[in-house]
Amino acid sequence: MEIIAQRPKSLTDLQFTYCPGCTHGISHRLIAESMDELGMRNKMMGVAPVGCSVFAYKFFDCDMAEAAHGRAPAVATGMKRARPDMHVFTYQGDGDLAAIGTAEIIHAANRGEHISVFFVNNAIYGMTGGQMAPTTLPGMKTSTSPYGRDEKDIGYPIQACELLNSLRAPYFIERVSLLSPQDIIKAKKVVKKALQFNKEERGFTFVEFVSTCPTNWGMEPVKAMEWAKENMLPFFPVRNFRDRSVEGGE
Amino acid sequence: MAEKVLMKGNEAVAEAAIRAGCRLYFAYPITPQSELIEYMAKILPKVEGIFVQAESEVAAINMVYGASGTGRRVMTSSSSPGISLKMEGISYLAGANLPAVIINVQRGGPGLGDIQPAQGDYFQATKGGGHGDYRLIVLAPSTVQEFADMADLAFDLGDKYRNPVMILSDGLLGQMMEPVEFKPYKTEDELKQLDEQHFDWCMYPNEDEPNHHHHEINSLEIDPLVLEQHVIKLGKKYDLIEKNEKRFEEYNISDENDVVVVAFGTAARIAKSAIDELQDAGKSVGMIRPITVWPYPYEAIKNVLHDRVKKVVVCELNLGQMVEDVKLAVNGKIPVEFLGKVGGILFTPDEIKTKILDK
Repeated sequence: MEIIAQRPKSLTDLQFTYCPGCTHGISHRLIAESMDELGMRNKMMGVAPVGCSVFAYKFFDCDMAEAAHGRAPAVATGMKRARPDMHVFTYQGDGDLAAIGTAEIIHAANRGEHISVFFVNNAIYGMTGGQMAPTTLPGMKTSTSPYGRDEKDIGYPIQACELLNSLRAPYFIERVSLLSPQDIIKAKKVVKKALQFNKEERGFTFVEFVSTCPTNWGMEPVKAMEWAKENMLPFFPVRNFRDRSVEGGE
Repeated sequence: MAEKVLMKGNEAVAEAAIRAGCRLYFAYPITPQSELIEYMAKILPKVEGIFVQAESEVAAINMVYGASGTGRRVMTSSSSPGISLKMEGISYLAGANLPAVIINVQRGGPGLGDIQPAQGDYFQATKGGGHGDYRLIVLAPSTVQEFADMADLAFDLGDKYRNPVMILSDGLLGQMMEPVEFKPYKTEDELKQLDEQHFDWCMYPNEDEPNHHHHEINSLEIDPLVLEQHVIKLGKKYDLIEKNEKRFEEYNISDENDVVVVAFGTAARIAKSAIDELQDAGKSVGMIRPITVWPYPYEAIKNVLHDRVKKVVVCELNLGQMVEDVKLAVNGKIPVEFLGKVGGILFTPDEIKTKILDK
């Protein structure tokens, strides 16, 4: 019998610890499938963050390091510099990358480290139970912005792709969403492109996933996807920001 | 015998680290250790090494964490305020059983303090500093030669126990020039051996099944029963280090000693001058100089307290930190007196002599 779908080799057989309807499982799978297809698994090292995806080091079946909160790009820098013959990616959430780890991501990008950064933006701190994230939308209620995020008091959400796009060194920056099957198919192509560039040692590559958190948003998964389309995409537009492989791609 | 060269401590330890096989160094500039980062910036690229000036002390120690996870020798250095920032990463290194060498060229504190030599980071280095139950192996040099020699020792101990090692130096040893003799560079074969010694646990190029490996560099164990076992195992490692690695120097120790001085690092070299002058004047004073300040050589102190010794004098460039360990060693048997200098000021041999002769 022909096998038409199976677990990618680049994922272990451990059951994910994510909530039902969470998009982490999808982004894990897209990365793992791309690693398989590009034959990168045996030379891949990944860095897991602190946040819901803290156990990513158990889920990706390559060598993995678990970093302190926000420090993944620095850890990845050390790994890549120490073993330049290997490939390195980080997997980070919004609190990890855009709050406590802001310095590390900006400077790793600015150095043009030959790593891929996968950034999961669901506008909330999931693991600690639904607190305000640096990407929480204006007016959005969380457990630490119970009256809604007041941008006059705490500022506007940080747009990571736009921020990094102000730097000269990055090779590839794109925001995708995981809010429909079509979006996921498109996202897969972008993930694979980033890892292809990684494999070819082209430079720093960055992919942001506009994602959902049904549990902490207090919504059914399908409703969360609809809500994200209506509310997140206007603030976090899905598009390519930088692609040095094509003319005019920056 | 190898040629002796006149060098600053900061440069000597950097050169010695490279000779010991260190090809990866990540750091952030801070006085009074700047010659160290500058030496690495200049020399490492010439030996196919990697030098990265990090955006912060925090990033530097996390680059060390990543590089160490690949099994290769790696080092960072800083001075007191910068070491405080590294403490998060040091705790993670310890938790993940990762070797790394961290040099602290101590300056006056607390806070921004000043940029003169001090020993105010003894507690931080030997009692924790970062969060959680862990131990650093801490080496305390008192000459530029010893500072340089400790680079080799620190890497060896780090690799042997898979544990971070700190060289607790200070601004005087970093800035002062003394003649130094270096060990030869590691050969290509030796470097290859070093590179492969950790392949049973580190991140390195993989293979297909059945030889595929999935190595995790990690300090997280969410199940308390698993974390309990992890920390107990760390504890056993620390017990082993305490058993095997205590180092100290006995100076002028004899049956004639009336007083025993305990001092480490720069304080100890000043105390030596005081002891020599007293010996010339017919007064016998011995000294125990801890070389490892963790593991601490308690027994070495206890063993020299024969009946003739009337008191122990502890000299430190702080308000009194190691003196607590000396009191544990002496255990109330005889008085333990303390002489301290703070703010980056050094004591003179005369001040130490006065303290020793004080009834």
